[in-house]
Amino acid sequence: MPHRTFFWFILPSLAAMFLFIALPIVSVAFQSLYIEHEQVLIEVENCGPFGCENETVVDAEASAAIRDAEPLGRFNGLGTYFDRGHLAAAEISEAWASRDSFGGFMSEVMNLPFYRALVFTLTYTFVCTPLIILLGLAIALGVNGLPKMLKGPTIFVSLLPMIITPLIGSLILFWMIDAEGVIGKTLQVLFDDPKLSLKASSTLTWITLIVYGVWSSAPFAFVVFYAGLQTVPEDTLEAAMVDGASRWERVRYVVVPHLMPLVVFITLIQLMDNFRVFEPIVGFSASANATSLSYIIFADLRGDIARFNSAAATSMLTIIGVSILLTPVLIRTWRDFNRKGA
Amino acid sequence: MASLAQKRSPALAVLATSFVILWVVVASFPFLWTLWGSFKVQGDFFSKADWTNALWGTRTILETGDAFTNQAYSGAWIDQEFWRATLNTFTVVFFTVIISLTFGTLGGYALARSGFRYAFWLLMIALVFRAMPHITLVSGYLLPFFEWNVWGHLPTSIIVLVAINQPFTLWMLHSFFLNIPKDLDESAMVDGCTRFQAFRYVIIPVMWPGVITTGLFSFLLAYNDFAVTAMLLSQENQTMVPKIASFLGSTFEEGNVMFAVAAVVSATAPLFVLILFFQRQIVSGLTAGAVKG
Repeated sequence: MPHRTFFWFILPSLAAMFLFIALPIVSVAFQSLYIEHEQVLIEVENCGPFGCENETVVDAEASAAIRDAEPLGRFNGLGTYFDRGHLAAAEISEAWASRDSFGGFMSEVMNLPFYRALVFTLTYTFVCTPLIILLGLAIALGVNGLPKMLKGPTIFVSLLPMIITPLIGSLILFWMIDAEGVIGKTLQVLFDDPKLSLKASSTLTWITLIVYGVWSSAPFAFVVFYAGLQTVPEDTLEAAMVDGASRWERVRYVVVPHLMPLVVFITLIQLMDNFRVFEPIVGFSASANATSLSYIIFADLRGDIARFNSAAATSMLTIIGVSILLTPVLIRTWRDFNRKGA
Repeated sequence: MASLAQKRSPALAVLATSFVILWVVVASFPFLWTLWGSFKVQGDFFSKADWTNALWGTRTILETGDAFTNQAYSGAWIDQEFWRATLNTFTVVFFTVIISLTFGTLGGYALARSGFRYAFWLLMIALVFRAMPHITLVSGYLLPFFEWNVWGHLPTSIIVLVAINQPFTLWMLHSFFLNIPKDLDESAMVDGCTRFQAFRYVIIPVMWPGVITTGLFSFLLAYNDFAVTAMLLSQENQTMVPKIASFLGSTFEEGNVMFAVAAVVSATAPLFVLILFFQRQIVSGLTAGAVKG
C-alpha cells in the first residue's frame, strides 16, 4: 500500500492515540516538574475585646489569583520525585543510616506511601499471574474432559467473573466477606473466632485482593488454554501412551509444551493488567491496608484539593515501571520480527 | 468420540469433575447470592443474627410483610435516579463502540495491508499504549480539560475512551484483516477500484464477524470503565459504575448499601445477556490474539 493511502487510512486512529495517549504522557511529564503555589500569607491585626494581636492568615483571594494566572504551579524541577510522597530520597537514606536490622529498615520503607504502593503492586502482579495460569490450566483440563453437552454452560458460567465490571465484581465479593455477610460469617464459624474480619489486618486484606484477582482473571487463562487444548495433536498423545507415559506424564510432556506459546501470551497480558490493579482497592475499601500505584494517583486527584503535580510524578514513575515490565517482550518481538524479515 | 488417549481412570474422572463443579460454584455463587439478596432488606443481606435469614428473608417479612421486596430497586432507580446513569452509560458506550470500530477498521486494514516497516513499529507503539494504566493518562487530561472547560461532558469521555480503546482495536482488527486474503481487494483494484473503493465494496461486506467480535470487547472496555468516567464526568453526567461507587460514599449508611446492591445487579444484567448471545464470539476473540502469538 502506498504511503499516502496508508496515511489517510490510519489518520483517525493515529490522531486519537496521539492526542489522548501520547500527549497526556507529555502533559504528565510536564506537570510533574511543577508544584502547587504556596499560599499567600498576610499579617492582619485582629482586635477583640482583650486588645489587639497580629495574626498570620491565608489571603485566599491573592492565592486564587496566582493559581488562576499559572494553573500549573511553580517550577520545582525533579523536587516532587524525591519528596516524601514519592521516592523519598532523604527518608530512605536516613532510615538506612539509622537501621538496626534489615527488617527494621523495610518497615520504615513500608511507611512511605510510594513504596507501600509499589510493594503491593509488585506482589499482586507476581503472585496473581502464576496462580491465574495454573488455575486456568486446571479448569481447562477439567472442562475438556466433560461431556460435550455440559461444556457450553460451564464456559458460560466461567466467563462471568471475567466479563463483570471490576468494580462491581469486587463489590459483590466485598459484601459477601463482610463480617455480617455470608462468607465472612462462615469463616467466623469455621475458625471459631467471632471477631475474625478479613478487613482488619493487612495480610488478610492482601490475601483477599489476590484471591479476587485470581477469581476475576482465571477465566481468561481458562478460555485461551481451552482453545489451545483443542489443537493438541492426537497422534503425539497416542504415541506417548504407547511408550507407556502415564496421564500425568502426557500432560507434562505433550500438552504443556504445546501450550507454551499461550502461556507467554497470557503472562504478557496479565502482567500488564495486574500492574494497573486499581478498582479492587476501591471496591474492597482496602486503601488503609493496601494501596497500588494506580490507587495513589487516584487518591491524589480525588482529595479535597487535587494534587495534580504529585499525581503526575507518581504517574511518571508508574509509566517507567510499565516500560521496564514491557522491555523483555518488546525485545523478543523485535527479534522475531527481524528473523521473519531476514 | 473420546479417543483412547482421552480416556482416564475413574478416580481421575471423579476428581476432575468435582474440581470443575467446585469452580462453577465459585464462579457463579457470588452472582446468584447477590441477585437473591437484592430483593431483601439490609438486615437480611448483612445478617447480624443468623446467615440463613438471608435465605428466608426473616427481617424482610417483618419489615415489609413479604419475603421479597423491591425497595432497593425502587430506591436506586427512582429516588437516586439510577436511570439517568443508565442512560448516560448507554450513550457513552454506544458512541464509543461506533467510533472505535470506524477508526479501528480503517487503521487495522491499513496496518494489515501495508507491509512497510513502520506498520510494525506502529503496532509496537500501540502495544506500549495498551499497557499504560488508564489513571496515569487521566492525570494528564485533568488540568488541560479544566482549563479548556471541556471537563464533565459526555463527549469528552467518549473521545477519551475511544482513544484508550484504539490500541486494542487496532491489534485485533489488524490480525483479523490479515486472515482475509489479499487477492480479494487486490483483484478489485486491478478491475479499476481505488484502494478506498476496494475497501468499501469488497472488504466491508466480509469483515462483519471480526468487527462484531472487536465491538464486543470495545463495549466491555467502555462499559466496565471506572478510572476515566469517575474522573472526567460531572455529577449529573455520571455513568453507572461511578454512580454505584458514589452510593457507597464514605459512610455505611442504612439503606444506601441496598441501593448499591440493586444497582450492581441491574448493571450486571446487560453483561449477562451479552454472554448469553455472544459467548462464541467472546471465546474466539480471546483466543484470536493468542493463536497468532
